[in-house]
Amino acid sequence: MLVEARILAGEVAILDGLSLTFSAGPPTVLIGPNGAGKTTLLRAAMGLLPLTSGRVTWGGREQAAPDRRAILFQRPAMLRRSAAGNVRYALAAAGVPRAQRAARIEELLALVGLEKFAARPARRLSGGEQQRLALARALARNPALLLLDEPAASLDPAATKAIEDIVRAVAARGVKVVMSTHDLGQAKRLAGDVVLLHRGRLLEHTPAAQFFAQPRTQEARKFIAGELLV
Amino acid sequence: MPGDVSAFDLVLSGDPGLYAIVRLSLLVSLSAVLFAALIGVPAGALLALTRFRGREAVIVVLNAMMGLPPVVVGLAIFLLLSRSGPLGSWGLLFTPQAMVIAQTVLVAPIIAALTRQTIEDLWVEYREELAAMNIGPARRVATLVWDARFSLVTALLAGFGRAAAEVGAIIVVGGNIEGFTRTMTTAIALETSKGDLPLAIGLGIVLISIVILINALAWGARRAGERYAG
Repeated sequence: MLVEARILAGEVAILDGLSLTFSAGPPTVLIGPNGAGKTTLLRAAMGLLPLTSGRVTWGGREQAAPDRRAILFQRPAMLRRSAAGNVRYALAAAGVPRAQRAARIEELLALVGLEKFAARPARRLSGGEQQRLALARALARNPALLLLDEPAASLDPAATKAIEDIVRAVAARGVKVVMSTHDLGQAKRLAGDVVLLHRGRLLEHTPAAQFFAQPRTQEARKFIAGELLV
Repeated sequence: MPGDVSAFDLVLSGDPGLYAIVRLSLLVSLSAVLFAALIGVPAGALLALTRFRGREAVIVVLNAMMGLPPVVVGLAIFLLLSRSGPLGSWGLLFTPQAMVIAQTVLVAPIIAALTRQTIEDLWVEYREELAAMNIGPARRVATLVWDARFSLVTALLAGFGRAAAEVGAIIVVGGNIEGFTRTMTTAIALETSKGDLPLAIGLGIVLISIVILINALAWGARRAGERYAG
């Protein structure tokens, strides 16, 4: 939950007094033009960016260690290890006992459809495969809240579908997914609720069906119609 | 040139004097690279990951020290180790140990500077992922050094190249004593000045062959490792 969150870069507000609660249920999708603050919001929610003012609370507590949160960056870095080695590293970082790691690696790689590539160097995987491996790495933390920053940006339709299927499977297990996207179609396919951001401010936060059928704000109508928000 | 034939004869006949020289050269240079790596890799990693006042000046000085003139380093170590010097009581002047010390001083800045650059580049790439996995400082250093290991091999090779090639430092602190501190480079310098070109050429061939062989081994190890870990 973000309360009156504000992040300033010099004079410019990247997040401007934004309050937002992520409640259990289907994915929350953040949309908005470039520079709207989607990535900043996700990083702040992960605790990776200090707020200029306001606070991030976690189950009612402030600034808890990011134990049950995980994030997938738009361009995740691949550790110079095998696919399995990447997941093993994340499991070790999450404090999973050594004896359980092999089974968890197998399970996570199967979940993202990479079980055949366990021994392959992560950096030799394709873009879509790397994104799925990064997703497995994030899930190694056994998160209650999974933050995804444009998880399918620059992927082809097949790779995008693979990511969306995993997101659905993960959400069905009770993990709260919060993701940003440029792709309105993706928002329609995945979102339980939609958050429209513009210039660091929250313009609209409504259930997805309502957002697309009856947008409340002028900006939302424009955005849905495919007009440019400037 | 008749000298060439004699040089090859010397190498091929396995002249014991020549092989003692080769053995000592390798022992001194490889020991120096080992000690320089033990100093240079942690120092370079630390410099890559810490921020303090004057850091940029330290980096500039360190980079400049890659070009330390061997003779000057030899002179400095000579003054330290000479009977009247501060470390004169160690009795190390004109011993192989003194040569190892001098070459360590020459090689450590090379390894530290190249390590600093390598680790810093990797850190830029890994920073957010490691932060998101909540990796502490000690584990961060270990991860970066381990994942940069193939690039760091190149730093060690650069250091070895420097140690194997230099003559100025070891001739000053070792004294080029036959059967005790005579190495390939010091012997080549001496034999050339005496006019014994066959021995000088033979040693030159051996020296270059060894340097090529060690680089080939390191290259092979690097390729094999990259196939496994990327």
